Amino acid sequence: MKRIYVNEEWCLGCHLCEYNCAFANSGLKDMAYALKDKTIYPRIHVEGDDKITFAVSCRHCTDPICVKSCIAGAISKTDGVVKIDRSKCVGCLTCVLVCPYGALSPGEDGIMQKCELCLNNACGAPACVTGCPNKAIVYEEREDKQ
Amino acid sequence: MKRYAIIGNGTAAASCIEGIRSIDADGSITVVSEEPHAVYGRPLISYYLENKTDLEHMHYRGSGFYEENCCQVIYGARGVEIDREHKQVLLDDGSKLPYDALCVATGSRPFIPPMEGLDTVDKKFTFMTLDDTLALEQAVNNNSRVLIVGAGLIGLKCAEGLRDRVGSITVCDLADRVLSSILDADCAAVVQQHLEAKGLRFLLGDSVALFDGHTARMKSGAEVSFDVLVLAVGVRANTELIKDAGGNVNRGITVNEKLETSLPDIWAAGDCTEGFDASTGENRVLAILPNAYMQGHTSGVNMAGGAAVFDTAIPMNSIGFFGLHIMTAGTYTGEMTQEKSDGGIKRFFVDDGRLKGFILIGHTERAGIYTALVREQTPLSEINFDFVKKIASNTVFSEEIRKKKFGGVV
Repeated sequence: MKRIYVNEEWCLGCHLCEYNCAFANSGLKDMAYALKDKTIYPRIHVEGDDKITFAVSCRHCTDPICVKSCIAGAISKTDGVVKIDRSKCVGCLTCVLVCPYGALSPGEDGIMQKCELCLNNACGAPACVTGCPNKAIVYEEREDKQ
Repeated sequence: MKRYAIIGNGTAAASCIEGIRSIDADGSITVVSEEPHAVYGRPLISYYLENKTDLEHMHYRGSGFYEENCCQVIYGARGVEIDREHKQVLLDDGSKLPYDALCVATGSRPFIPPMEGLDTVDKKFTFMTLDDTLALEQAVNNNSRVLIVGAGLIGLKCAEGLRDRVGSITVCDLADRVLSSILDADCAAVVQQHLEAKGLRFLLGDSVALFDGHTARMKSGAEVSFDVLVLAVGVRANTELIKDAGGNVNRGITVNEKLETSLPDIWAAGDCTEGFDASTGENRVLAILPNAYMQGHTSGVNMAGGAAVFDTAIPMNSIGFFGLHIMTAGTYTGEMTQEKSDGGIKRFFVDDGRLKGFILIGHTERAGIYTALVREQTPLSEINFDFVKKIASNTVFSEEIRKKKFGGVV
C-alpha cells in the first residue's frame, strides 16, 4: 500500500506540511479563514535541530502497537490504514505513550487525532505531500514486509 | 474442527478471539462471560462517570464482533472447575464446556481487607466493573460525601469521575503518598497538590480503624463522615481455576512467553496472569490493558497452532487527572536525572548506560520515544540522551536508523 515516506535530506524545515495538514482536516474551504491567527493542531510535525529537519506522521505500521494498546478500542487498522474513532477516544494518551515514532498528538479538544492519509477528507491523498515544495515527503509504494 | 473455550470476556478474551481467527477461521469459539455485557473498555468506567463517554461508546469492539468471529458467548456464567481428564470446564450453571484449547482470561477482583464495622456501612462499592459503576452512579447525588479507601490508580480515577457529581471527596491510603505504585515521593507530591487544588481531600499514611455507619474512625484518630464508601485498596488476580486444576500459580497464573500455563492445552492471558517483565527480567503481574491485549492475541495464535511469542511486556501507564497527564514506564532503578520546567517534570532512571524507566508529569509529547528506549534497552551511548531528555525527538537517532523508521515499511 502507499504510505508517506520522508526524504530528510530534502526537508527545508518550512512547516508547510503542518499547515496543509491542519487545513485539509479543518473541513473548511478557505485556508486563511481556517488557519489565520489560530493555534494549529496538525497530524504531521516537523522535528529537527540545527543540522537536520524532517516531518513525522503516522507510519501505519504493519503491526501497530497503538491499536493493541488503546483502552477504548478506538484505534483500528482497515486496508492498511490506522484510523481513530474520535467518538470513542477519551484522551488518555496511552497511544502517545506507546508509539515509538512519536507520531501521535491530541487535537485542540484533547481527543486524539492522527494521520489517516487524507483518505477521509476532501483531499483524497495526503495534503502534506501534495504541498511539499521540495519532495521531502512522498506518498508511494515501497517494499512491504507483509 | 477445533473447539476453543475462553473463560472471561474482557480485553484479553477479545484479543484471544482475534488471535485465534488470524489462524483458524473454522474452529468453534465459546466465551464464558460472567458480566452480562459485551466486551467493553474496562478503564473507561471513570470516563463514564465523568461524562466523557457513554454506554454505546464504551464497547471495545463493534456490535457485530462476536458474530463476525463466529463466537458463542455464554453470559452470566462463571467457570468453576477445569476437568482436565475430560477436557471440559464446569460452569456454575451446571453445564459443561468441552475444549481442545482453553484460555483462562478471568481478570482480577477487588481486594477487600478485613475492616471492622464494614457491615455497618449501607452504601459501599468497589470500582472495577461497569455494573459497579452504574450502581455507584445511582448511589450518589450532588450532596454526597464520598470516602474512597485507596489513592492508587483505581481510587483516584474514581475520584476524578465522581468529583462533579458529588459534594465532597476524601481519599485515604495507608501509603504516605498518592499513586504509590507508579510515582516516587516528589512526583506524588506534585500530583497530590494538583488533585487538592481540584477539590480532593487526602488522608495519607492513615487507614480506617473502624466503620460505624456513616463515620470512619481513622488510626490517626481523625474521623471522616461520609455517605458513600468506595473500596479501592487493591486487586487480586483470579487464579483459582488454574490453581485448583493443579497448575502453577503465584500472585497470578504463571505463564511463559507463549502464554502457556503449566497445564497442557491451557493458556492464560490478561490481569489474571503473572508474566515476564522485560524491564526487570523478573516475572510479575502486569495488569495493564495493552498487556492484556498482547497476551490474549499471543495466546489465541498459539491455541490455533501458530507460533507467537510475547516477551516485551513492561509496566507502563498513561493516566490523567483533571487535565494533568502522567506517564510512567519501566522500573525506577539506577541513577535519577531530572528535567524540570513550567508545569512539568521528567524523571529518567538510567542504569548500565540504558534507560530503565521514567516518570513524566505534564510534558508527555512523543513519550513513546522514551518507552521504546526502555523496551528495547537501547544503549544511550548511541544517541544524544542529553538532548532527548529535554525534548523527545527522533533527531537523536542516527541517519541510518531514521531512514529505516521514516523511509521504510515498519
